[in-house]
Amino acid sequence: MTEQSVGKGIDRVDGRLKVLGQAQYAAEVPVANVLHAVIVTSARARGRLQRLDAQPAERAPGVIAVLTPFNATKLPGAKTKADPLDRVLQLLQDEAIAYADQPIAVVVADTLERAQGAAELLVARYTEETPSVSLERAQSKAYQPKTAGPREPADSSRGDVAKALEQAAVRVDQTYTTPMQNHNPMEMHGLTAVWQSKDSLTLYDTSQGIFGVRKKVAQIFEIPAANVRVISRYVGGGFGCKGSPWSHVALCALAARTVGRPVRLSLSRPQMFSLVGYRPRTIQRLSLGASRDGKLSAIRHDVVSETSQFDEFSEPSALQSRMLYACPNVATTHRLVRLDVPTPTFMRAPGEASGTFALEQAMDELAYALDLDPLELRLRNYAERDLNEDKPWSSKSLQQCYRRAAQKFGWAKRRPTPGSQRDGHLLVGWGVATATYPARQSPSSASARVLEDGSLLVKAGTQDIGTGTYTIMAQIAADTFGVPVERVRFELGDTDLPETPVSGGSQTAASTGTAVKAAVQDLKDKLAANPAAKPTELMGEAKTQENPQRKGYSCHSFGAHFVEVKVDSDLREVRVTRGVSAFAAGTILNRKTAHSQFMGGMVWGIGFALHEHTVRDERSGRVVTRDLADYHVPVNLDVPDLEIIMVDEKDEIVNAVGAKGIGEIGITGMAAAIANAVYHATGKRVRDLPITIDKLL
Amino acid sequence: MRDFEYVSPRNWDEALSLGKPSESRFVAGGTLMIDLLRLDVERPAKLVDLNGVLSTDLTWNEHGLTVGAGVKNTDLAYDARVVSEMPALSQALLSGASPQLRNMATVGGNLLQRTRCSYFRDVAESACNKRKPGSGCAALDGYSRMHAVLGVSDHCIASHPSDMAVALLALDAVVRTRRSHGPRELPLADLHVVPGDHPERETQLEPGEIITEVFVPSSGMARRSAYVKTRDRASYAFALASSAVALELDGSRVKAARIALGGVATKPWRALDAEAALIGQPATRKSFEAAARLAVQGARATPHNRFKLELLPRVVVRALEQAGTSA
Repeated sequence: MTEQSVGKGIDRVDGRLKVLGQAQYAAEVPVANVLHAVIVTSARARGRLQRLDAQPAERAPGVIAVLTPFNATKLPGAKTKADPLDRVLQLLQDEAIAYADQPIAVVVADTLERAQGAAELLVARYTEETPSVSLERAQSKAYQPKTAGPREPADSSRGDVAKALEQAAVRVDQTYTTPMQNHNPMEMHGLTAVWQSKDSLTLYDTSQGIFGVRKKVAQIFEIPAANVRVISRYVGGGFGCKGSPWSHVALCALAARTVGRPVRLSLSRPQMFSLVGYRPRTIQRLSLGASRDGKLSAIRHDVVSETSQFDEFSEPSALQSRMLYACPNVATTHRLVRLDVPTPTFMRAPGEASGTFALEQAMDELAYALDLDPLELRLRNYAERDLNEDKPWSSKSLQQCYRRAAQKFGWAKRRPTPGSQRDGHLLVGWGVATATYPARQSPSSASARVLEDGSLLVKAGTQDIGTGTYTIMAQIAADTFGVPVERVRFELGDTDLPETPVSGGSQTAASTGTAVKAAVQDLKDKLAANPAAKPTELMGEAKTQENPQRKGYSCHSFGAHFVEVKVDSDLREVRVTRGVSAFAAGTILNRKTAHSQFMGGMVWGIGFALHEHTVRDERSGRVVTRDLADYHVPVNLDVPDLEIIMVDEKDEIVNAVGAKGIGEIGITGMAAAIANAVYHATGKRVRDLPITIDKLL
Repeated sequence: MRDFEYVSPRNWDEALSLGKPSESRFVAGGTLMIDLLRLDVERPAKLVDLNGVLSTDLTWNEHGLTVGAGVKNTDLAYDARVVSEMPALSQALLSGASPQLRNMATVGGNLLQRTRCSYFRDVAESACNKRKPGSGCAALDGYSRMHAVLGVSDHCIASHPSDMAVALLALDAVVRTRRSHGPRELPLADLHVVPGDHPERETQLEPGEIITEVFVPSSGMARRSAYVKTRDRASYAFALASSAVALELDGSRVKAARIALGGVATKPWRALDAEAALIGQPATRKSFEAAARLAVQGARATPHNRFKLELLPRVVVRALEQAGTSA
């Protein structure tokens, strides 16, 4: 009997390749005869490109072609949307400028340096129009989007919130704002495009969703999807920006088709701030009503966010307010403002990351208004079922998360009065917040077969965006087949492999894990049923759907954060000094990669609370913080030892592997826990992120 | 990045003549120049690499420390005598950039580093008097949270980014240079100039003039020195406000003081009024606070950087407290 592999903290199977630099990324895959492309972007945020003098660039040494709106091939297929994750692209099809740093040309040259040098020689003339990029000023023009996020209704209502608020003994009514943020994975977006013939294309792309890229590119170039192969074996971080195909992907393919040679294109770091989406700004009004004994009677959560003039993305920040607490009267709305900005997109826990900042800080404010411990307030409003969907939970272990993390943190010793805990000239504050994220599952597929040496080869299209997909899929396959994990090879990142969903929404383990398990089981069954057959000739296959049992249940992961901050009493610098978080997310497939996922989310929560902030110049619409020196993420010194408790939870409803997804929950609630700790330390409520020195003076 | 000619002079005469034309730029550590080349902010015809000629020597004698302009920031920061005899200098260096950058960046280059003003660094933004004289200043009514409140003009409010220069200023450092018509010495206080009507001019250096050494005098004040920096994250961030101070005490009273400011001014800034106010005063928080308030005299803030008027005096007080209790 082989020892079970699932649950163990085994090393990443791709770790060695990455450490040795042998894992090849999309923009470094060796391709013969390859040319280099650079995107040139608009200096203006609105209007039209009147003229583009490309001659000096065309004459520069090594330049093969300069694509502009005035000469680029027309792509009628570019207009239709492939699916809800899809974005409207800017592919040099006309002279309209809809946001700053929109692509206006592509320079192709024999070396990257020559392409970059020539790109600087282009001279553009624009019509002069004043862009509108201020969310605050344009707030009155907000409209109701079709959905909140890709599929939830924009508004919700149960009970009578207005009446409940009016009658509530204690009320909190505050506005919370979160800034624009950019994903900035270490590996910038990049790809290599190779046309085998005029209607057959291979893309080496860095992607969270290779099948989405295939569909979109096939549509743009009006060729069969089967003729497009997208390969994405290693991805240096995704976080949502690599979940949708963006303009540069099609532009690279267009450049390759135009010059008749393979073309490679990588975005520059400044271009990462405008060409691949971002987390939009939110203005969130949160009203809570409660009885004197701390029972919530009303939650009202109204969200205003931004989108582009030409596409719709709605940050679903109020979704968790519909289900997190036992409250009879809840109303939520999502509204959007159209601005002269690029289209926002999914960014780690889209909605919940910004929404929990508002809800969980409002809960802290309510606890102070009630003179009640903020953890006790949450326990008194513990939701035993999902009142939004009116369904029981498939599983919920949030009580254990609260209790275990609180105990480990020493929460019971907290003195509630702000400013009452000191360490020399440092003010010490403790904060708590709840984490929550939906446990999704999408249709997926996989295949499995035995190799000559008796080892197992398992395949699924899917992507490993650094989360450990290679490793956990091998573990699932190994346990299902009953072999050690070293005897399994898992292949991914290729549209020639079985079709799988996007690696987003924390669903890969649940969706493709289920397919892998089923495919290996199918192989096992076939081997048992055909003892005479040569094992290597049998193929296990599976196409899996959402687990039908889920229909009667609400499926979510939950967690709790306890955070300590120290704030310099004079200089007002804030440092997170301790963090203990507990998560219950179903079966933990690999304790090591899971730890990294939770911790990564928590670290980003520190950045969300204290650092990250993309600034747009309100006159020009251009991003001012265009590199990693100006756009701050936490550095090592900003991150203390973070303690992570994984609460055991068995959930047989959520999916066949019992995993609820762990990629995003770590960031949810974290910013609120830090903001609450800052209040506890200083007595100052900062409702506008990030919490910087100037807001605490 | 546009094409340029790269030259690597073997001696000072070559370096001085190659560097003289206005289209020439010097490079040493390259930590900023390469950045500016890539951003298309710098478009030199010739890039003159000084690594073959710059001294990398750190020399102590009875008067003080002589630092070759080619000394890496890291080597200066960790020199044992700098750590104990000029703590503000070591602290300032270690509070700047990242270990990787400090390992490459030179002392001469650190003094001559350009502003982090994002409008200066974004060539698609047309208004920057520093980059394009006479074009205007996008920062004046733009996003100016990091910008200067001291030494500003109607044409530029870009802050000087160096931490090291602030410490050197408080330590009365002297800069030694070479020019084709002979060497010279100038106090660090005179090296940088305020933007005034000509933000494109940042130092007194003549075209082609090369900083060869920095001399830092030894003193009791240098021993009793400290550098305090506030920033938006714990490391790898430019100063919101910083201060290097050096104190000479006579019993419990201040006999002499140097207070230099960073992150708040268009050049490394001496708070002369604050220094004068401390002389003869007891070395207490109360007198530190009274003096520190003078450090923002004459400051001109924008809505975005107004907080520096409140923050800066607190930083000065903390630096004075640290220096007052050190050595």
